Amino acid sequence: MNQIFSPSQFEFSRRRFMIGAAGLSFAFAFGRSADAATPAGATGGKALSPWASIEPDGTIFIMSPATEMGQGSMTSLPLIVAEELDADWSKVRTVPAPVMEKIYGNPGFGGLMYTAGSNAVRSYYKELRLFGAQVRRVLLDNAAKHWNVAVEELTTEPSVVIHAKSGRKMTYGEIAAFAEAPAKAPDIKPEQLKQPKDFRLIGKDVMRVELPGKVNGTAQYSIDVQVPGMIYGAIVRSPVEGGTPDKFDEAKVKAIPGVISTVRLPYGVGVLAETAWAVLAGREAVEQSISWHRTGKAWGFDSDKGMEAFAADAKNLSVPVTNDWFKQGDAEGELAKAATVLEAEYRCDYAYHAQMEPLNAIASVSPDGTSVEVWCGTQSQTLGVEAPAKALGISRDKVKLHYTLMGGGFGRRGHRDEEFIVDAVLLSKAAKRPVKMMWTREDDVHNGRLRPITAHYLRAGLDQGGKIVAWHQRLAGDRVTPYQDPVRYQIAKHKDFILMLGVEMRTYDIPHQYCGQIYRDTGVRTSSLRGIGFTANKFVAEAFLDEIALKRGIDPVKLRLELLKHTPRGKAVVERVAQMANWGRKPADGRALGFAFIDYSDSLLGGIAEISVDRGTGVIKVHNFWCTIDCGTPVQPDNIIAQTQSSIVYGLGMALTERITVKDGAIQQSNFYDYQVMRMRDIPQMHIEVIATNNPPTGAGQMGTPLVAPAVNNAFAALTGKRLRETPMTPERVKKALA
Amino acid sequence: MIQFTVNGKAASTDAPPATPLLWVIREGLKLSGTKYGCGVGLCGACMVHIDGKRAFSCQTQVGEVSGKSVTTIEGLSDDSSHPVQKAWLAEKVPQCGYCQSGQIMSAADLLKRNPHPTRDEIVEHMSAHICRCGTYARILSAIERASREG
Repeated sequence: MNQIFSPSQFEFSRRRFMIGAAGLSFAFAFGRSADAATPAGATGGKALSPWASIEPDGTIFIMSPATEMGQGSMTSLPLIVAEELDADWSKVRTVPAPVMEKIYGNPGFGGLMYTAGSNAVRSYYKELRLFGAQVRRVLLDNAAKHWNVAVEELTTEPSVVIHAKSGRKMTYGEIAAFAEAPAKAPDIKPEQLKQPKDFRLIGKDVMRVELPGKVNGTAQYSIDVQVPGMIYGAIVRSPVEGGTPDKFDEAKVKAIPGVISTVRLPYGVGVLAETAWAVLAGREAVEQSISWHRTGKAWGFDSDKGMEAFAADAKNLSVPVTNDWFKQGDAEGELAKAATVLEAEYRCDYAYHAQMEPLNAIASVSPDGTSVEVWCGTQSQTLGVEAPAKALGISRDKVKLHYTLMGGGFGRRGHRDEEFIVDAVLLSKAAKRPVKMMWTREDDVHNGRLRPITAHYLRAGLDQGGKIVAWHQRLAGDRVTPYQDPVRYQIAKHKDFILMLGVEMRTYDIPHQYCGQIYRDTGVRTSSLRGIGFTANKFVAEAFLDEIALKRGIDPVKLRLELLKHTPRGKAVVERVAQMANWGRKPADGRALGFAFIDYSDSLLGGIAEISVDRGTGVIKVHNFWCTIDCGTPVQPDNIIAQTQSSIVYGLGMALTERITVKDGAIQQSNFYDYQVMRMRDIPQMHIEVIATNNPPTGAGQMGTPLVAPAVNNAFAALTGKRLRETPMTPERVKKALA
Repeated sequence: MIQFTVNGKAASTDAPPATPLLWVIREGLKLSGTKYGCGVGLCGACMVHIDGKRAFSCQTQVGEVSGKSVTTIEGLSDDSSHPVQKAWLAEKVPQCGYCQSGQIMSAADLLKRNPHPTRDEIVEHMSAHICRCGTYARILSAIERASREG
């Protein structure tokens, strides 16, 4: 079984092959900068970190450039290298890559080391295959030279080079013992890559490398790290972004046994203590007594009133849009000419990530403040280095980052400022000792960075025959990208893609489409959250399409099939999921089915929910959920199923119960008693099919999330004849709709 | 000084008796497989066994376990050979994995007292937990497998 290293083993192996003491190391960097493409062994002592290294004993180390939060990239990416290398997977050891963007940066994130958007496999796939093939070719060339035969006469079996003519064989380890890496990566043409039919690993399920440690308590998350001399830290942060601490009862805090000191920070107050229990008691004492200077924007903001204002602005055509987010044809002009115009309004609330590991980090700032060592779980190694460097005013080479497994990410751990890491850094700087900084669950909620509120006003124009010719949307939403990552916002030319993505319907045959953004900035902390803009935007589109189908009196699945006439892959997922759910049958008494289709970054999904409603309590029960997903070549099919189960369950929470409200700028919820997430008793039977195609692989990590709310919403309409216009579809809202 | 047994070995702490057992286990005894998730007994990431029965270690004061026997995920087996651990790998349950120690401890507790639970009994018992990755379907399958394969 493939193994993952514990951190100490990992440090050892990383050092070992950065030095390149034995075996053969490779750092070909696929047409990136020349220095990054130099093989490690050829640099005359300068330790460049390689992508892969083969030991004389046959062990193959392959770097994992993505961070691991449960999505499986730590397995899938090295496996792609191993496929083209034709490596024996049982001899492969994956190693978290060091922070070197020139070699390991994510092509899907402008070269940052950044794991998000379900794009790790999608973005690295082509390069990792090429790299694996290059390494294999170097082994073949060395074997050919050694045997003095033509390289064309050689073939490979897993980790073995074979010369069939003479019956000779050599293992990769044996070759590594004498081989030399060339100065330049060998040229591999696309046709020299494996044909999908020859894949031994891609498309075949392997045990995820980090799973064994996740059933016996040895898997290490940052909250588990202890370093010598470490003390504990906690932070009470202003409930509103921009607020600064005024007064608190310092004497009371310091009187707690074990508390060392308090630390006044620009945005809050920190507590340092000898033990975890003392720091939590100290934190509590600060929280009970602290008052805030009401600096910052969101003080006074009320999300209920804010939503009303957003909805009014979306519907009031005299309120100008801030920008034309998406424009195809002339939706406005066609609406004016349409035989029928239908309209609809929808609203989506704030929501919270609720990753199981409350945010935390460990930092050890040198006594003179000129360097720091950090242990944390981050979705971006690049930001995990840059944020501490900025906080201390030091260069990034003075930051040593140890990134660990994450107890969930969901978009919360990739903000430009990585504030939870900086919390640890600032406390360690003040303490002049290593500090483990932990947020409580209440901190994690109160300091939450939320899926934004949005209000949508839609109009559709139908021609005489009922065909949808124009689709027009005005979307008022709380901004995300400029808050989460001002740098990427700048690079994206001020496009708030985290909020707006998903409004485009590229796979549907609707010739004239428009979506205007009404930019709003409440000052509330916001974030990418699993499904990003797709969750709200596909909800409104698929629910409105259902309304149109009902108005036209045609079957909702038939309507989608009409709209997908130029998208065969879309039709295939729709037809198959309809078949799986036996769509068109008469549902059991008290139950109904609802359908939705989404395309999400080139992955295509069909979903059908079967629900019932308790009219007394207002609780929607989802009994079954059928789902098809075509995400191209399935690299690890069972993991795609697992991720889809996961994203559906996450989507159920967004659809049914998860709601954050803001009063006077502050989040009102605190813990799992007032922020209800899905439990085992809440989940439906899930029936998921991966539709494998030979298209390049696309994402799977979050694609099911946006599918759920519209399918459930449409089922509710089919069951009750009422349309719910808000997510989450809470019991109160259900009861109100049915009253 | 409070004395108790953890995974069959004598343990002690000078933490105040009202300290949650969770923090003593994790930070004092360095058994970090037991996780902090909510601190209020609502997520189950901190689940351990006390005298053979499941308990939220975040809701148990360390003073309460004086003289008692605590088992954590590290003590469930020496080599991941407990039927529940084996089933967890066979069904590839974990994703982020953070909640899974607690889930496994609860599942082991259930099967010890009820070797062949019905599906409803499993759902009832395990709904004390939250898995934010939504691995519930696989947890259910793994418990059924462990029950079957013992």
